[in-house]
Amino acid sequence: MSEQAHATTGTYLRIAAILVMITLIEVGVFYVPAFQPALVPVLLVLSALKFVLVVLFYMHLRFDSRLFAFLFSGPLLLAVGVMIGLLFLFFGAVRVRTGT
Amino acid sequence: MVNSMGLDNRKMAFWAFIGSECLLFGSLISTYLIYKGKSVVGPFPHDVLNIPFTSFSTFDLLMSSLAMVLALAAIQRGDLKQGKLWLFVTAFLGLVFLGGQVYEFSSFVHEGLGLTTNLFGSTFFVLTGTHGAHVTVGVIWLLTLWVQALRGKLGPNQAITVEITGLYWHFVDVVWIVIFTLVYLIQ
Repeated sequence: MSEQAHATTGTYLRIAAILVMITLIEVGVFYVPAFQPALVPVLLVLSALKFVLVVLFYMHLRFDSRLFAFLFSGPLLLAVGVMIGLLFLFFGAVRVRTGT
Repeated sequence: MVNSMGLDNRKMAFWAFIGSECLLFGSLISTYLIYKGKSVVGPFPHDVLNIPFTSFSTFDLLMSSLAMVLALAAIQRGDLKQGKLWLFVTAFLGLVFLGGQVYEFSSFVHEGLGLTTNLFGSTFFVLTGTHGAHVTVGVIWLLTLWVQALRGKLGPNQAITVEITGLYWHFVDVVWIVIFTLVYLIQ
């Protein structure tokens, strides 16, 4: 359970380069009309990738105690669950009212 | 400050705090998404959102996260000179982000979008304003650490303080990663 050594400076720089590249891809995808049908899933996956990279390497969860990961991922999953539940609740209600 | 599991109590408490922040931002993002596309009067998102400008803000915040980990690495190895430099760079990039947000908010108000104009205005300003308030707290915290470093009071023994500041700063960054995608790119 104890804390371990963190990543090296080289790793931090590589992660930064990957994060910048993903952001450029996100903005590029936004402007390319051919990607419009798959825009939402592609952007969600890219965003999740950036999120995970920052949390694992910059917040050191990859190297730290699993208890920290539990303290973070538990409420995070709860927040995502609440978000999905609310979206289903509200958009489901709209569909029932409009009959679509 | 180390507990029976060999973990620092302050760090453990801070991870629990970050967990609670996930729920706060989760509720604000949910509210934004629920009311998305339900405004009956303009301006609408596509009328005001400036993607190239916000992309620069996103890049700025990502680079501030890099500066933060470099500051922590420098403090941990006892390199106070580099630590001071990277702490200042992190705070400066945070200030640039805040400057961008002030510019964005004022241009939106100029274009007729206020907090009470429509559902988009209300949910957008509350969500991004709450995030901006967190960035402001982070910048003040970073500048406080920088002043401590200037006075020579920040060495490897205080690395845990810098690490906790870094956790907060990176969390603010990951929240922006989500906001940038859900609010700006998926319109």
